[in-house]
Amino acid sequence: MQSYESWSSDRAADIIRQHADRPGATLPILHALQEAFGHVPEEAVPLVAHALNLSRAEVHGVVTFYHDFRRDPPGRHVLKLCRAEACQAMGSDDLAARAEQRLGVTLGETTLDGRITLEAVCCLGLCACAPSAMLDGEVIGRLDAARLDALLSEAQR
Amino acid sequence: MTRVFIPRDSGALAVGAEPVARAIARESEARNMPVEIVRTGSRGLYWLEPMIEIETGTGRIAYGPVGAADVATLFDGDFLAGGAHAKRLGPPEHIPFLARQTRLTFARCGIIDPLSLEDYRAHGGYRGLERALALGPAGILDTVTKSGLRGRGGAGFPTGIKWKTVADTASSQKYIVCNADEGDSGTFADRMVMEGDPFMLIEGMTIAALAVGATQGFIYIRSEYPHAIAAMEAAIKVARRAGMLGKAMVDLEVRAGAGAYVCGEETSLLESLEGKRGLVRAKPPLPAHKGLFEKPTVINNVLSFAAIPFILAEGAQAYAEFGMGKSRGTMPIQLAGNIKHGGLFETAFGITLGELVDDIGGGTASRRPVKAVQVGGPLGAYFPRALFDTPFDYEAFARRDGLIGHGGIVVFDDTVDMAKQARFAFEFCAYESCGKCTPCRIGATRGAETMQRIIAGERRAENLAVIEDLCHTMKFGSLCALGGFTPYPVMSALTHFPDDFRMPPKGTHLQAAE
Repeated sequence: MQSYESWSSDRAADIIRQHADRPGATLPILHALQEAFGHVPEEAVPLVAHALNLSRAEVHGVVTFYHDFRRDPPGRHVLKLCRAEACQAMGSDDLAARAEQRLGVTLGETTLDGRITLEAVCCLGLCACAPSAMLDGEVIGRLDAARLDALLSEAQR
Repeated sequence: MTRVFIPRDSGALAVGAEPVARAIARESEARNMPVEIVRTGSRGLYWLEPMIEIETGTGRIAYGPVGAADVATLFDGDFLAGGAHAKRLGPPEHIPFLARQTRLTFARCGIIDPLSLEDYRAHGGYRGLERALALGPAGILDTVTKSGLRGRGGAGFPTGIKWKTVADTASSQKYIVCNADEGDSGTFADRMVMEGDPFMLIEGMTIAALAVGATQGFIYIRSEYPHAIAAMEAAIKVARRAGMLGKAMVDLEVRAGAGAYVCGEETSLLESLEGKRGLVRAKPPLPAHKGLFEKPTVINNVLSFAAIPFILAEGAQAYAEFGMGKSRGTMPIQLAGNIKHGGLFETAFGITLGELVDDIGGGTASRRPVKAVQVGGPLGAYFPRALFDTPFDYEAFARRDGLIGHGGIVVFDDTVDMAKQARFAFEFCAYESCGKCTPCRIGATRGAETMQRIIAGERRAENLAVIEDLCHTMKFGSLCALGGFTPYPVMSALTHFPDDFRMPPKGTHLQAAE
């Protein structure tokens, strides 16, 4: 289970300061903010823009361009299911449908109780032990329906 | 103390290497039989992972796939002396999948402790750099050019020429950038290098820096690879402490991507490194002239840099002796998807697709017939069994309207619906398009919609004509390979698997379109 800090502009400013001097610091800063807060809060955008001498539009553009950056907090657990070809060849479409049905959400959504965010990912580099997934950063290979059910039950507890 | 080698490669972790390591540590303590556990990369025999190895007086003995539940019986069977067990595989180098390979780049992966410089040196590491220092920049460029090495990311551009262009461009600051944004489904060789032999990449990048006069390098690793990021960062720290990186030579820094496939395209990657949206740049200027922060930049794939230490240590000829035609040396091929023996197979260019899929891969994991294989990632063509005589070679694949890309082969059995795969190719392109050029941004979306109509049986002939026209526009009008190569999976699916599109008999579709 992941736990995140609640928003604090002081803390955000601190994080930004740690990376601001690196060349091309935008991505490192956004990653660090998301690691701390679970997402990139809207309030952080002007702070990043100010620190890097960018416009808010430019920072907004970067946040929304990359699939990784979330604009809302995730659930307590994040389950990523690989949707790329090697996993498709081993039945990942059925597993994704099963997860969606069991959780009552579609990929990219969080369950109403805030326990699980279900996300698609395109390739975890585990293509020789497909289908693959990642639960809270832990890699999982040779996923099947039984294992998926067990993971979902564990995460829902 | 007996040494037990257990992979920490993410492929092995994904199938339970960690509980095995814990069980072995626990059991050895309980039985008072001390062992030294060494965490390694993977040998790349993923159907046998977690595969552990024991050091015996007569070499290593492998066991796999080992589960935590096997550990007690392994101790009972005296596995620390290489004893008998149902999971005993014998000496790993005698396993046919490994015995048939030519491992130049992957010679150490799965054998050494990835974070031990001592281990790296004991297995031939840094001999390439030593030779490079003796040769000097001109000698390095000459050696790399003569080796015939071509960019392993997919484009196949001669590495020596790229480096020479940077070397010949005057600038107070130059950069080395490693493209470790390995986004193609079916590929994992870069990940294995970074997790299993990271000093090889550091050595390759250091040699590149020497050759062109660069002092700073970046390794751009996709965020989907947290273990590779951690391994590279740890290795860089070790190398710095030992004086193998730093101000005196070149310094390296790891940067994490953020889930954008298009950032595997080199100019998009450079934009991303600069902190911007990953929009593809128009070329020229080439990155070699104006790359990162507008400075001359060598940007190469992990496998290109990883091939360099061998080439320098053993000489251009030793590398160029392998291969066929203009494809020299070896290629780390990755067998993936629905395949019995999936993994990393490094071999000289020239082996046929059929040998790779049937003999080495052992056919499908589902035991059903192979229907299609996609070679070269999501932008690669789908090949039917009829094309299995195609040799693995840049030009041979191009002649058959395909590409080898980064060397990934994804196998599908006969349950696959190729019309759906063609639709997915468009959907993927639409999802990942950077949006800069119209053929890719609009074409991919229109393509997915049109393919859906074909699947639904709406005016098939007319819609197929639209698809062909759209593919033509995307192929010749897109700014980069994302839009430009999406036609490969689409058109190959249409050409080789017409039944899946329930196409009208030949000749009728033209009439219907009129």
